[in-house]
Amino acid sequence: MEQFILFATPIVKTISILILIVAYLVWLERKVAAKMQSRIGPYLVGKPHGWLQPLADALKLMLKDDSKPKNSDSLLFNFGPIWIMVVSLASFALLPFYFNNQMINTDLSLMLFIAISSLVIVGIFVAGWSSNNKFALISVLRMVAQIISYEIPLVISLLVPCILIGSLNFQEIINYQDGSWIVFYPIIGQISFILFFISALAEGNRVPFDLSEAESELVSGYTTEYSGIKFALFYLAEYVHLFGISVLASIIFFGGPNGPIFNSNILIVIKSLIFFTIILFVRWSFFRIRIDQLLKLNWNKLIPISFLVLLATCLIKFYLDVKL
Amino acid sequence: MERRVIEQDFGDLALNMGPQHPSTHGVFRLKLHLEGEKINKVESFLGYLHRGVEKLTEKLDYDMIPPVLERDDYLSPTSNSLGFINTVESMCGIEVPDRASYIRILVAEFQRISSHLVALGTYGLDLGGALGGGASLFLYCFREREKILDFMESLTGTRFHTNINQVGGIRYDLNDSTIKQANDLIRYLRPKLNEYFDVISQDEIFIKRTRNIGVISKKLASESGGSGPVARGSGIHFDLRKDSPYEKYSEMEFVTPVGEIGDAYDRTMVRMKETIQSLNICEQVLDRLPEGPISSRKPIKSAKLLKPPKGSHYKAIESPRGELGFFIVSDGTSIPYRMKIRAPSFSNLSIVEKLLPNTYIADAVVILGSLDPVFGDVDR
Repeated sequence: MEQFILFATPIVKTISILILIVAYLVWLERKVAAKMQSRIGPYLVGKPHGWLQPLADALKLMLKDDSKPKNSDSLLFNFGPIWIMVVSLASFALLPFYFNNQMINTDLSLMLFIAISSLVIVGIFVAGWSSNNKFALISVLRMVAQIISYEIPLVISLLVPCILIGSLNFQEIINYQDGSWIVFYPIIGQISFILFFISALAEGNRVPFDLSEAESELVSGYTTEYSGIKFALFYLAEYVHLFGISVLASIIFFGGPNGPIFNSNILIVIKSLIFFTIILFVRWSFFRIRIDQLLKLNWNKLIPISFLVLLATCLIKFYLDVKL
Repeated sequence: MERRVIEQDFGDLALNMGPQHPSTHGVFRLKLHLEGEKINKVESFLGYLHRGVEKLTEKLDYDMIPPVLERDDYLSPTSNSLGFINTVESMCGIEVPDRASYIRILVAEFQRISSHLVALGTYGLDLGGALGGGASLFLYCFREREKILDFMESLTGTRFHTNINQVGGIRYDLNDSTIKQANDLIRYLRPKLNEYFDVISQDEIFIKRTRNIGVISKKLASESGGSGPVARGSGIHFDLRKDSPYEKYSEMEFVTPVGEIGDAYDRTMVRMKETIQSLNICEQVLDRLPEGPISSRKPIKSAKLLKPPKGSHYKAIESPRGELGFFIVSDGTSIPYRMKIRAPSFSNLSIVEKLLPNTYIADAVVILGSLDPVFGDVDR
């Protein structure tokens, strides 16, 4: 029993803090969007600026009737949202994002993180496949093509800092960036960050790459048939995933807890919030591009560039080996 | 035992887009036969918004019809009643005072701007989704449209279905405060519209999504009876305000913008340039507004019943969507024997089945949005 408590405490702590953060990320997103569109946004639920709105939304979704389309595979239909939520939360076991909560500290942290978070696609595919809906089916077919192709530049752009640093361990990556951050590394740092940013948008299924949701074409994509708490799980998982990517960006490219004046773990959260807000600005100001244009952009531009950057990094590491 | 060979061709994936789909701009059903993302064949189904307006008019006096017709094309109500009233006036030979004609033009042009703003905003939703940049464009467009509706409210007391036109003139006159409000509105709208035009016409994703998509050749446009921005986008100089001027449009100075190749981009740009031209017309109206009466007939309640002479008559005006024509057959009584509306959206929409094959699903939405159909107008 004591062992179980010892095992469960950090998990419960991480998940509860994470859910809280993500609920307010949704609120932040709605407020930022409202500001950009000259609206007010959530205002009435909870007095200063609708701060209880996420709670009200969650409650409303929980109380909704649970519906399932006829002839859908009930087991897989329920499995999809649960899998997505579990996977998105599990990837946070590796991230040291607040008060040293990192549960697993191995030399392969980054690789494990990518491996776990890319399992999200399995849940999405299962959800779209089992809902017995043509819109959902087309959506997941798009999604698989998109995520599989964008995984390549994403991983390579993350490899560049790792080659410079010579480690996949988050703690070592953080320690290396004590003086200066990877994003300030001449040329290579900036190019790999831009590559990472674009592929993270595609990976997180964000505008201008939100093809799988594409509500003007595919109604609501793979979540078309979902409602109530299952839809809430999809919605939360999307934000958890995105927040995970933001934390990753703040650790790999922006030095994690290393600040210009003081070092503290709270800086990770602040940096990832800033990164998340930039993603929001992108989301609410661009149109969506088409699936063939999306894949062309990836295979014709991003992947060649990322391989060139990788090659350049290897040469620099081999011949020069300059520290930041 | 009987042996049967069951052959089953699973063929294409048939996808029903509509009638409740978010981006069909109303209740329209497209049956897309898909091969992956590509559209092989299209069938379209109409009539979900059929309200029998034409039949309804056979039971109403000529003065009772305009308010009904204003519900027809629900994005530019005034142009409907204006077209009908123009037809009736030329049947009965009623003259319209200059001031009334000028104010009719002012209201019609402001509604053209508001209609094009809705077209642009909903086109943003088609391109960028309700949860992306498209929603921002949509809300900006509606913010500007609200200002126009505010002006309509202070002029007529109604925000949208203004009912300002009546046979022989108009109902509500401009006064000093509404003239000032109209001038302020023009001063407010001009930089905003120019800004949207600059941003949209240079947006890389917008160009990628709309350039060379849904190309309507000059031939196809004229063969299918395309009019308005759809025909002008293909490079056809066809604008009834210039070609067969009604009201006092012959006294106004404006240019008819046309596109080059007739793709979705050209049609959108034509609409945006037209809004600027409409602002110019409004400015001229306010500058030259003549004094005088606003109606050549008595107010409707005390006026005599209209009884056009026996015969039929057709007259068309330029609505925001194109040639809006009214064909009226009169048997000499106070109600029309038959009325037929030549709806611009209907003819423009007829091109959609020819445009969609061999495009992608995402393009289907873009092409349909660029035709800017209003289903109240299509189904009537």
